[in-house]
Amino acid sequence: MGTPLAFLPILLMMMGAVGVGILLLGLNALIGRKVRTVRKLSPYESGMPLLDDSHKRISVKFFIVAMVFILFDVEAAFLYPWAVVFRQGGWPVFLEMLVFVFVLFLGFAYLWKKGAFDWD
Amino acid sequence: MDISASVLTYFLIPAVKAVVVVILVATAAGVLTYIERRTLAFLQVRKGPNRVGPEGILQFVADVVKLLTKEDVVPAKAQHFIHFLAPVLVMVPGLAVFAVLPWGPEFTMRIPGLGKITTAWYAADLNVSLLLVLAITSVGIYGIILGGWASNSKYALLGGLRSAAQLISYEVPMGFAVVSAILMARSLSLVEIVEAQRTHQMWFILPGLVSFFLYFVSGVAETNRIPFDLPEAESELVAGFHTEYSGFRWAIFFLTEYANMITISAIATALFFGGWLRPFPSVHALAFLDVVPPVLWYVLKVSCFLFVYIWFRGTFPRYRFDQLMALGWKTLIPISLTNLVLVALAALGGFRGLRILGIVLWGAAIGAFLIVTRLRAAKPPAAKTAPASVRARAAEA
Repeated sequence: MGTPLAFLPILLMMMGAVGVGILLLGLNALIGRKVRTVRKLSPYESGMPLLDDSHKRISVKFFIVAMVFILFDVEAAFLYPWAVVFRQGGWPVFLEMLVFVFVLFLGFAYLWKKGAFDWD
Repeated sequence: MDISASVLTYFLIPAVKAVVVVILVATAAGVLTYIERRTLAFLQVRKGPNRVGPEGILQFVADVVKLLTKEDVVPAKAQHFIHFLAPVLVMVPGLAVFAVLPWGPEFTMRIPGLGKITTAWYAADLNVSLLLVLAITSVGIYGIILGGWASNSKYALLGGLRSAAQLISYEVPMGFAVVSAILMARSLSLVEIVEAQRTHQMWFILPGLVSFFLYFVSGVAETNRIPFDLPEAESELVAGFHTEYSGFRWAIFFLTEYANMITISAIATALFFGGWLRPFPSVHALAFLDVVPPVLWYVLKVSCFLFVYIWFRGTFPRYRFDQLMALGWKTLIPISLTNLVLVALAALGGFRGLRILGIVLWGAAIGAFLIVTRLRAAKPPAAKTAPASVRARAAEA
């Protein structure tokens, strides 16, 4: 169950998915219409002529959310193995994780106070 | 074990399953689009698609044919390779997850020429299934961001960015909700989690009421479904990250959304609603329910969640982006952290602890529901008055 061979079905499934994807996209490319015009190939701009480049500077909010996410998701990753084994450990293991979650919560409260979660 | 037997168990059977599952999921996603349109029509008192085939059941076949013959437009300024890669990158993880979904227990069947074969209603049972599901489904986010970025269009880029922020925000409460299910089952294997609900003699929805709620709300957000469909908010972003996609590249995004809905529903079923187990798996008086095969139970439960998805779409208006972020970070995450500690505390007490937590949670939920409905019934709704600003303007005029 834990051997590398047990992961083979997932690899096979991915290959199947890639196969289906390439098959369908290939079919589409083969039998789809091909009438290309300059207007059709220009980026969508609600019918107006395109004014400027579309890759502009991005609001810093998105970066903050991404950083906070990395912090929290890494914490969650620590919790998975703990959740599997903690009942063998009993109270000490539970209290240790309580401290961990409390520290996490302090950071969360700090971020909240700093306005990392306000979007305007 | 001789070599031919291991080739059979590790390669041939999984390969057959992979092909069957990929075809089934693609078809199911298609049928689901039809069911969704009919259900929405029903909710909105109209007919919906009813021309192609009996009651319109073949509508999705017609749609596939139509999409295959559509032009595959790639904008001239787009990053061609990434523009092509994005839908594939969304679809591959979306389908690969189905390898670990436990649709039913092990069973033995006789195949002519091969003899008796014991296999199961899942392609793989790993000791890290649940982690794998979370890891693989996260990869799909790349496809959405890359698709939005490679299109070289303002709407697509904005949709992609929003989508990234939304998906990662709701990963966090979802992760914590999943941890509380692991706490109850003490395993990361989806098959063992389902079996744990038999040994615990209850579905984990009992102690996991809050966890399930958190999981499903985050799940709806993760699949970009209404009321969380901000990445493709038609009224503001044209079509969000897939504005510049057409033909089957677009269809792949669309089909994967439905495949992901099935995944979220299936995981919710396995974690909280006893997977393929019948209701009250330990009550012998209900043994007659075993007439329904386990797989059907699973499909039935998953269908219920899929209906809820569609029901949401017919009922709720879309969130504003700041509301969405506030809900994720300021509401769901504090609740999920508190819930995690509560469930851990209950799980320390073993079966009894979990049962007590379940009774307390359900008691509180039912009590709150009764009180709220009583209060509503006792007090007639206040007459609706216009907001102050509108009244002032009316007074001026």
